[in-house]
Amino acid sequence: MNGFANPVVMTSIPMTDKPAESEPKATAVSAPKIAVAGLNFHYGAHQVLHDINLKVEEKKITALIGPSGCGKSTFLRTLNRMYETVRHARVEGQVRLDREDVLSMDVSALRRRVGMVFQRSNPFPKTIFENVAYGLRVNGGGRGANLAEKVEASLRRAALWDEVKDQLHKSAYALSGGQQQRLCIARALAVEPEVLLLDEPCSALDPIATAKIEELLFGLRQSCTIVIVTHNMQQAARVADDTGFFLLGRLIEFDETKLIFKKPAKKETEDYITGRFG
Amino acid sequence: MSYRRVWRKCVNGVMLGLTGLCALVTVSVLFFILGYLVWHGGRALNWDFITRLPKPVGESGGGMANAIVGSAKLLLVAALVGLPVGFMGGVYLAEFGDRTFSFLVRYTADLLNGVPSIVMGIFVYTVVVLPMRRFSALAGGLALAVMLIPIVLRSTEEFLRAVPQSLREGALALGANKWRAIATVVVPAAARGIATGMLLSLARVAGETAPLLFTSFGNPFWSSGFNEPTASLPVMIFTYALSAYDDWHRQAWAAGLVLLALVLVANIGARLILARKQSPVRG
Repeated sequence: MNGFANPVVMTSIPMTDKPAESEPKATAVSAPKIAVAGLNFHYGAHQVLHDINLKVEEKKITALIGPSGCGKSTFLRTLNRMYETVRHARVEGQVRLDREDVLSMDVSALRRRVGMVFQRSNPFPKTIFENVAYGLRVNGGGRGANLAEKVEASLRRAALWDEVKDQLHKSAYALSGGQQQRLCIARALAVEPEVLLLDEPCSALDPIATAKIEELLFGLRQSCTIVIVTHNMQQAARVADDTGFFLLGRLIEFDETKLIFKKPAKKETEDYITGRFG
Repeated sequence: MSYRRVWRKCVNGVMLGLTGLCALVTVSVLFFILGYLVWHGGRALNWDFITRLPKPVGESGGGMANAIVGSAKLLLVAALVGLPVGFMGGVYLAEFGDRTFSFLVRYTADLLNGVPSIVMGIFVYTVVVLPMRRFSALAGGLALAVMLIPIVLRSTEEFLRAVPQSLREGALALGANKWRAIATVVVPAAARGIATGMLLSLARVAGETAPLLFTSFGNPFWSSGFNEPTASLPVMIFTYALSAYDDWHRQAWAAGLVLLALVLVANIGARLILARKQSPVRG
């Protein structure tokens, strides 16, 4: 892997000295950007998430890791209420964005503030320009020169501008997989969300495209709060400030990334990150 | 060689021959009809045929200009009524409907699709022609629209369902509401397929005779507006082919050829729309 931000070498993680207490450290004085308390999630009769409590700090990157089916993607989808597209999905508990209640907020307004990038790039069958402009048009923001300016700014933030500036009016499908994913990031950034959710954004990409996106996330941290779900523990270790470990619908551990990877408090976390996991 | 092996080879040969023969029969029937139409119709087809009105019995010559325009009028009414209803219904089925209701609508549409077209004719005769006390292009067009709706509804639904869910989510995640996402992302993504379905359905009802017999009826002259009995190609073919005059028979062939040409153009047009360099859903 093409790491750029102190890749954690797995074999060197000391396994012996576990901290005595598992309480997360109080890292920031400021109020959290997102606060989740007592969150339960059901699909019909099947409970997917159990009593999740978690705080996402503003302008940091928070990674959620865990095996497939552990509920981390479902959790991500509660933060912008994308779960509502699924029939029989039910949520209990509290999700707050800047102290506002996410679950009762106007859903369009919420999704404008909390953008999302999906596992597989999903550009619209439109031109590159129209893809990025879509969110702006939907939210009634900008037209003409103003719109073009915003599109360019978004493509620059997504580190895609130089590659596409001469083909803005070509189909988005002409781009490579990695470019398409960055286009989707640009599209999400165009409406200037406060939070950006990424659901395994690199799982379909090669290492070079992955490195580009990770680099991009690092840059975005200054202007945006980022929550990223990933299968890839090295990725979490490389990009995230905080990391949460999900297992079977429960948040097992949540802490600063270096603590999670160097001194996990829970046995399950340790087993998972060292690959000793059934 | 063992007996089994010989037997298997025989069965293989026979089945291959049989399926090939059936395929050949299908194709040759089509070409036989085509050839026959071109042979008989081509001789009667001339400029007069598409520009003149029918001549009274006994006089030779004349044409079916009124029937060509009449068919166009009927299709126009059918399209104006049937396409929007079928399209909207398809959008509802694919994007909204709850399970039981959708099942009901889908099932009804399939049933409607299988209803003999003459029954559609009787239905429209009862609810439109009788109250209005006249045959009209409007009634004929409505009868065709009733046939159009289930076809368009189902094809629209299928093409919308083929649009990946990820596109809907992408639009919703940007703050679009459901209607907006459907109108600006989902429908455009399926537009080509939907348009093809509409064109094919129009081509299909263009040749219908039975629903027109007692709705638009027929008319040896021009009909003005949509409130008069109106000539149409299929009904003209029906009437002329049953007549006792050779000249009329020839004209019926020519009308068949024109109708077939129109349907063929619609079909080929539909294929062209679909085949136009389609971007892959994933790059």
